[in-house]
Amino acid sequence: MRGFCQLTWVELKLVLREPMLGIFTVVFPLMMLFVFGGVYGNKPSDYFGGYGMVDVSVPAWTGLIIATTGFLSLAISVATYRERGVLRRLRLTPVRPQAILGAQIAVLLFMNGMGMCLLVIAAKLLFGLRFQGNILSVAGGFALGSLSIFAIGFFLAGIAPSARAAQAIGMILFYPMIFLSGATIPLEAMTGAIRQYAKVLPLTHVVTLLRGLWIGDSWGQHLTEVAVLSGVLVVGVALSAWVFRWE
Amino acid sequence: MEGKSVVEVQDLRKTYGSLVAVDGVSFQVREGEIFGMVGPNGAGKTTIIECIEGLRRPDGGTLRVLGLDPQREGRALQPFMGVQLQESALQDRIRVWEAVDLFARFYRRAVEWGPLLEQLGLSEARNTAFAKLSGGQKQRLFVALALVNDPDLVFLDELTTGLDPQARRGVWDLIGSIRNRGKTVFLTTHFMEEAERLCDRVAIIDHGRIVALDSPEGLIRNIGAESRVVFIAAAGFDPGTLQGLGSVSRVEVIGDRVIVSGREDRLIVDVVNALNGRGWRFRDFRTEQPTLEDVFLALTGRAMRE
Repeated sequence: MRGFCQLTWVELKLVLREPMLGIFTVVFPLMMLFVFGGVYGNKPSDYFGGYGMVDVSVPAWTGLIIATTGFLSLAISVATYRERGVLRRLRLTPVRPQAILGAQIAVLLFMNGMGMCLLVIAAKLLFGLRFQGNILSVAGGFALGSLSIFAIGFFLAGIAPSARAAQAIGMILFYPMIFLSGATIPLEAMTGAIRQYAKVLPLTHVVTLLRGLWIGDSWGQHLTEVAVLSGVLVVGVALSAWVFRWE
Repeated sequence: MEGKSVVEVQDLRKTYGSLVAVDGVSFQVREGEIFGMVGPNGAGKTTIIECIEGLRRPDGGTLRVLGLDPQREGRALQPFMGVQLQESALQDRIRVWEAVDLFARFYRRAVEWGPLLEQLGLSEARNTAFAKLSGGQKQRLFVALALVNDPDLVFLDELTTGLDPQARRGVWDLIGSIRNRGKTVFLTTHFMEEAERLCDRVAIIDHGRIVALDSPEGLIRNIGAESRVVFIAAAGFDPGTLQGLGSVSRVEVIGDRVIVSGREDRLIVDVVNALNGRGWRFRDFRTEQPTLEDVFLALTGRAMRE
């Protein structure tokens, strides 16, 4: 653990100095809220099972925040550290690789949490967001979703030959996934065939789980999502450890 | 008196595909000395130093650093060594003080980083982000990071490459002061002048082998190169004045410039005495000693800067 806390604190400061991550995790979801909430409002409708557009979209947009940090920030920053020799230098200190990667996870988890909190507060104030779930349950689903997507991000960083490649692969996965998983466009708006296809995307399960927990579903109603995400997490961590390179 | 060995290298080998980067290298670094490896780019210096640091796995040979194996016991070794790498970087937006503070906290034993930054001339830049530092400041920051854990053994790989001459001299003073604190310094450089100025002992590396290892003076003495005396003589100078002297092997006159070559320590005294004795006036008198550049040329048949 030596070094983990200091490294996390420094990495957090670095992330806050860098405007990009803040824009994507905080500003962009709020913009989605203002635009879509402004256009469609939050009136309950049968289309969304008796909930409003904002009610079902806030947990889904949380999935968007998770995808942004996992596929883009995490993969790119780890690959950049490796490419530029930051990891090489850290390797010669007593800090263990778990602490270096753990600091990245802690910081991005924090950023995701900030993004989600601000989104929820704004949606509550502006559109009277409804919440019928259990806060701890939602936090648990949020953590499980974040960590399994991060595991994919670490794997990407490990296999990408360069930071540029990590960025390209991240984008290729990111864009189809955010549009097909229900993270931006509600799943209800898609045809059955696309919805079936979307089930191969891990992010779909993050969105489905969070939307369910948000309206008070029990964990038992989402065993598929939990199984898929836990599997992605375990396999992702194992593969990431296997492909990890210092340089 | 010879100190005990802090680095022992025995028949080290490393190949990259078909390229033999290090081809059976053996040497020892003694406690408290500044040991240098010099040679052209691509000679294998960085591979050797990175094997010793534990960053690369040798294909053959044995390595002991402070009595430990850097591959298997690297973790035990880390608190006692400080490293400046030829290729590395820090996070772009990390500030100088944050970097040294962070690295200091990685270790159980660490020095106060305030005075360290002061000594390295980085106090003014303590709030500057890494990406905004000049090349010299980055190098000095890496030296600070290499010293922050108060190591016994410091590795410096091509520390002054890319620095202007003034910054380079500053770094030289710094390396001297590291040694004066009782630490052992292991450095690589492709500047012969740097090795000559700094190192107690120098290993000359070429094509992955050590071609010579001695003190700079010893290396120069061993190739038996001639010293030269150069001066501007008054018109009508007769080279015969000097040709008969026992310490002189050759006299060349180019315009009003006279170049006298010879091998013996008496050369300078003999030349000055002979000129004075005959009443010849001369000016701009200077001597040229052989350097490590000449040693490299003599040993490899090639100039360093090819």
